[in-house]
Amino acid sequence: MLTAEEWAIVALSLRVSGVAMAVTLPLAFALAYLLARGRFPGRSLVDAVVHLPLVLPPVVTGWLLLLAFGRNGPVGGWLESAFGVSVIFRWTGAAIAAGIMALPLMVRAIRLSIDAVDRRLEGAARTLGAGRWRTFATITLPLCWPGVLAGLVLGFARSIGEFGATITFVSNIPDETRTLPIAIYTALQIPGNDGAVWRLAGISVALSLAALVLSEWLVRHGRDGQDGRAGHVL
Amino acid sequence: MSFDIAISRRLGSRDIALTLVADAGLTVLFGPSGAGKTSVLNMVAGLLTPDSGHVRVDGVTLFDATGRIDVPPDRRRIGYVFQDGRLFPHLRVRANLLYGWRLAQPADRWIGLDAVVAFLGIGDLLDRWPRSLSGGEAQRVAIGRALLSGARTLLMDEPLASLDAGRRGEVMTVIERVRDELGLPILYVTHDRREAERLATRMVAMG
Repeated sequence: MLTAEEWAIVALSLRVSGVAMAVTLPLAFALAYLLARGRFPGRSLVDAVVHLPLVLPPVVTGWLLLLAFGRNGPVGGWLESAFGVSVIFRWTGAAIAAGIMALPLMVRAIRLSIDAVDRRLEGAARTLGAGRWRTFATITLPLCWPGVLAGLVLGFARSIGEFGATITFVSNIPDETRTLPIAIYTALQIPGNDGAVWRLAGISVALSLAALVLSEWLVRHGRDGQDGRAGHVL
Repeated sequence: MSFDIAISRRLGSRDIALTLVADAGLTVLFGPSGAGKTSVLNMVAGLLTPDSGHVRVDGVTLFDATGRIDVPPDRRRIGYVFQDGRLFPHLRVRANLLYGWRLAQPADRWIGLDAVVAFLGIGDLLDRWPRSLSGGEAQRVAIGRALLSGARTLLMDEPLASLDAGRRGEVMTVIERVRDELGLPILYVTHDRREAERLATRMVAMG
């Protein structure tokens, strides 16, 4: 049904989004926790910077990434000299763009769920002999886990659909940075290529739906009916 | 002395201060709402830090502003029963009961799960989720959870306040048995005079 070329596009997209999520999720959780619980000067600045990719035109985000990760950019220069790596025009760069674009959505979802954790339960755990870390691991984290999952699903859906920042940052290179949305865009440029567009768009819809269904299933089984209602992720 | 407490703390525009020396039995801290009774319990438990003074329980100094002693709440071995039970919603009753027991040093575990379950009559509840418990059942589980954590003393913050009349009698009987049969010193907060008079070994007015 799908050609080898199309399978390669799907595999690339999944790899880009998978790596983006694996790296972004811990970062998003740390930022969400900091913003939900931290009291420090510059907190609203951190909040604003985290949200920038949500409100900026994606092409601007892509251009800023290009400035930062380019050979002469602060991050790119350091990566080049320290590790001899460049992410420009590479799938790793696409993963960075996908992660950055997904970050604000993930932080928002996770932060809401951390805010919703009853801190008095954490106090109860402390009086029962749990130190700070154990309280975090056995009370806070399990209680906000549906929100973490929601953030992951939102982030994954956002990253798999990422287009503007990616094409600006790492261009449109077959088998390297031509992810699903960029492949659809490319197919659209060729007259009479409707079949390919339909198939790629279909894959795109199927992937997003699969992520949603998987997360609903995970929430339902993870909570095991603890409170008699099925949890909804979104 | 079971409790030797002299603490003060400024919270917003309120000054909360209490001096209390009490032996075993059940000491009721009695006073109107807003007198800072819960803050006192939180300071004894270590959830709130006093500005000055000291907290000694069973001869052990848990807090001393001058000596810069401030034992963290997880090492105070003080069981705390809250007004609303505060059972962990993501754990079944059995796991709630064993939460503190698992964390306690083996030498500090003076009572086991079977004994607590029999004492409180909660054998039928072990596999239930907290949300499915009645207020009285939840409060008995909360007491059991505190006992199993290896607590040397108990703090109780209006444990009957959110219960209806029928459940109040049931939980009050349990508290009397903890006081008399287990001999655990209890610091008990309430604003209900009838409840205070029935349970108290001694009363301390506040506010």
